[in-house]
Amino acid sequence: MRAIGLFFLILLSGVVHAAGDTYPFDSEADRNRFETLTQELRCPKCQNQSIADSHAPIAADMRAEVHRLVQQGVSNDAIMAAMTSRFGEFVRYRPELEKRTLLLWFTPLIVVVVGIVAVTLLVIRSRRSARTSEPVLSEADRARLDRLLDADESPRDTPSQHS
Amino acid sequence: MSLKRVLLFLPLVVAVGVGVVLSAGIGRDKETLESALIGKPVPGFQLASLQDPQTTYLPDVFKGQVRLLNVWATWCPSCRVEHPQLVKLAREEGIPIIGLNYKDNRQEALKWLDKLGNPYSKVLFDPQGTFGFDLGVYGAPETYIIDADGTVRYRHVGVVDEKVWKEELAPLVARYRREG
Repeated sequence: MRAIGLFFLILLSGVVHAAGDTYPFDSEADRNRFETLTQELRCPKCQNQSIADSHAPIAADMRAEVHRLVQQGVSNDAIMAAMTSRFGEFVRYRPELEKRTLLLWFTPLIVVVVGIVAVTLLVIRSRRSARTSEPVLSEADRARLDRLLDADESPRDTPSQHS
Repeated sequence: MSLKRVLLFLPLVVAVGVGVVLSAGIGRDKETLESALIGKPVPGFQLASLQDPQTTYLPDVFKGQVRLLNVWATWCPSCRVEHPQLVKLAREEGIPIIGLNYKDNRQEALKWLDKLGNPYSKVLFDPQGTFGFDLGVYGAPETYIIDADGTVRYRHVGVVDEKVWKEELAPLVARYRREG
C-alpha cells in the first residue's frame, strides 16, 4: 500500500513546479494569472519547458518580470507582448492567430475535413456500384439454383434420428 | 495506366515526401533564435562602465558607426573560447566592439580583461542583467551587429570563431557600413 502511495507521489512530482521560487501576490486571482502566464511562456534556453518549469537563469528572469507586471496590474495581453517583443513569437506556446500562422492553426482541421470527404466519397461510390452493378446471379442461374434446391432431398439434410 | 494503378503509388509518394521533409530537419540548429529586435533600435539603458563606475553609458554609445555588441561573462566557458577571436578582430581588423558584461562580478571581469586582453572599446556593466533582458539575451555569448543609427541588425548566438566571422558577420558588417 505504501509502495503504491510512493509510486503516485513520484508520478505527481513531475507536475509540481520544478522551479522552486515563490512570489507573494495581493490576490488569488493574481496568483492564478501568474501561473497561467508562466505556463504559456516557453523558455528560450531550454526549449521544451515552460518558464514555470525551467531552471534556466533566463526563465527565472522572465518569471520575475511576469510577477512584477502582474503586481502592477498589467493585462495578460500586454505581458505576452512585453515578452514577445524581447524574445520573439517563439516564446508563445500558442502563437497568435494571424496570416502567417493560419496554416499552423488550421492544418488539423483541414486534414480532418479532407478525411471525412474522402471516406464519404468512398462510401457513396461503393453503395452506388452495389446498386447499379449486375446482379450476381442471372435469371438462368437462379432458375437452375431453384431446381437444384427443390430436387435435393438427400437424407443428410434432415436431422438424424438415430444418433 | 488506370487511375487505380496510379493510386497504388500514393503511399510510396507520401512516405518519400515525409522522409524528405524530416531529413531536411536533421542537424538543423533549433537552439538558435533570431532576435526579436532585428530592425529595431537598441533598447534604452543606463549602465556604468565596467572599468569606471562613475561613468554612465547611454544608448548613444552605439551611434556613429557599425559596431559589434558582445555579451560576455566570466562564468561563461564559451566566452573564454571566443575571446582570442574578439581580441584578434579588434587589434588586427580594427572592428569596434562594445562589451556587455552580463550578470557578472566586476573584480572577476576586470581580472579577465587584464589577463586575456581587452578587445572592447567600452564595456557596459550589467550585473542584474536588466539590459540583457530587454535585449532578449538568453545565454552568453551572444554577438550583435548594431548599425551606425543604433539599430539592431543581426544576432549570433554562441561562439564567434574565424568561420562565423568570415561567413556570417563580416559580410553583414561590410554591408551595413556601405548602407550607413
